[in-house]
Amino acid sequence: MPYSPLMVNPMKEELTSIGFQELLTPEDVDAFMSEREGTALLVINSVCGCAAGQARPGVHLALENESRPDRLVTVFAGQDTEATKQARSYFEDIPPSSPSIALFKNSELVYFVPRHRIESRSAEEVAADLKSAFDRYFAVAPAS
Amino acid sequence: MGTFHQDKGELHGITVVVDTVGDEVYIGRCDEMTEERILLHDVDVHRDGEDGRSKDEYVERAARFGIWKKLEQLAIPTEAIASVRRLGDL
Repeated sequence: MPYSPLMVNPMKEELTSIGFQELLTPEDVDAFMSEREGTALLVINSVCGCAAGQARPGVHLALENESRPDRLVTVFAGQDTEATKQARSYFEDIPPSSPSIALFKNSELVYFVPRHRIESRSAEEVAADLKSAFDRYFAVAPAS
Repeated sequence: MGTFHQDKGELHGITVVVDTVGDEVYIGRCDEMTEERILLHDVDVHRDGEDGRSKDEYVERAARFGIWKKLEQLAIPTEAIASVRRLGDL
């Protein structure tokens, strides 16, 4: 059963207020995944304070990095269940967990942060992990 | 902002690796750990040598990608436990 919007909406707004687009339906997810060019960050948001309470501010901090994804999208596990299921279908080999964070380059999954690498870390540590991945996968090569 | 949990100890909500004195190793989200047992949710279990993987090889892979849940909940008695570690620390 989905959570009360009263509880979930502030958690969603932590991301939408910094530029994330919510993917609410499977069709939203497919439309996002059909855009094959560029870089993207997908947050599978969740209510769990143990981990999501560090994931959201961690993502916020990471986006201060010079290299960063072009597009920011999110689904909410346990709330927007069909959209979340559809999003996970694009990386079926990876066990489902929430919160979790996926980085895409030209529609290909290049980096994934599962829940267990968020839950025991601070927001700053989550951000450092993501910044390192942004630099590795999203940095624009200098013109020669 | 997050949800609130009862005070069930520092490992509550954390994904842990519970190695046993036998062939099994369990990975799941810790609910609580007492003198008698550890209670896990969303648990995967691996037996040494299963699918050609040792316990260590299985745990190493789980640390990279996560686990596939096989059991909703499992209580493991303390006398069966060899060690408890956070998966995120591995």
